[in-house]
Amino acid sequence: MHDENPGWTLAGRAFRSRLLLGSARYPSRRVLLDALGESGTEIVTVAVRRVAPSEEGSESLYDALGAAGYALLPNTAGCYTSRDAVLTAQLAREMLGTSWVKLEVLDDDETLLPDVEELLAAARTLVELGFEVLPYTNDDPVTARKLEDVGCAAVMPLGAPIGSGLGIRNPHAIESIRARAAVPVIVDAGVGTASDVSLAFELGCDAVLLNSAVARAHDPVRMARAMCHAAAAGRDAWLAGRIPRRFLAERSTPDDGRIETRGRKT
Amino acid sequence: MCGPSVRVNGSPRPLVAAVVADLVREMGLDARRGIAVALNGTVVPRTEWVSRAVRDGDEIEIVGAAQGG
Repeated sequence: MHDENPGWTLAGRAFRSRLLLGSARYPSRRVLLDALGESGTEIVTVAVRRVAPSEEGSESLYDALGAAGYALLPNTAGCYTSRDAVLTAQLAREMLGTSWVKLEVLDDDETLLPDVEELLAAARTLVELGFEVLPYTNDDPVTARKLEDVGCAAVMPLGAPIGSGLGIRNPHAIESIRARAAVPVIVDAGVGTASDVSLAFELGCDAVLLNSAVARAHDPVRMARAMCHAAAAGRDAWLAGRIPRRFLAERSTPDDGRIETRGRKT
Repeated sequence: MCGPSVRVNGSPRPLVAAVVADLVREMGLDARRGIAVALNGTVVPRTEWVSRAVRDGDEIEIVGAAQGG
């Protein structure tokens, strides 16, 4: 496979893979590591959670992912207020030694949709505190622009609600966000299968963050591979430049030299 | 709970530790990499674990990386 522009840059760091993977809900640690490997990802998201008193013998997720060489991207999942999200990001910075954060501030636990006011407030604070903020946001071009204005390192609009597997419900909105943003656009959430990943890249997105679509697939490792192919295919299609859509047909085979018999079509 | 106590990760615990580092050791987590501590809603950097005092009624969070999307 040939890609004339193989890498991309996020917050000043160069990456080859355009997939970011979550580490949740895999059937086992082994399957998680195999799927991550198969996807080709370099960035893996983790949550910040209370630790139980020493579990002897079990390798921590931190050690397992670190040993495999992944860059860990902590999230603020489970935060519903700007205050909780900021403290979670600060804990993450201390525990992982990274100033990167996937900022997630949700409104309620049914829709899992972002609370835009709290999100913007948290983003502003974290940028001031020196974080590279990667905000999970609605597929709303106005919010995306505001997040960029406060200094976020990327914008991460949802394709569809978290874990829904509905794919990109509003491709026009994603395209509009891409057209206006000067920072990377990463589709985060809603991916169900490989074609959803391809579509994100066909719309010009820089990367895709996915978790459930791989982790909860019948065969996560195979799905991870499919996502890797889908990313390459979609990215290539974007670089190649798709043909315009037409209302009516346009023949591909030229008419020149075609045979003709007499008589009308009956 | 009678006597001085603290809450660690939401659970009450008699206060034995003098500083944060003692508490982390008490929990069997001193050898663990990739953890962080907040005391009353403020992060305590690892370099300050040995000097930051733990007092009666303090709320302590000890967190690490967990599976997440």
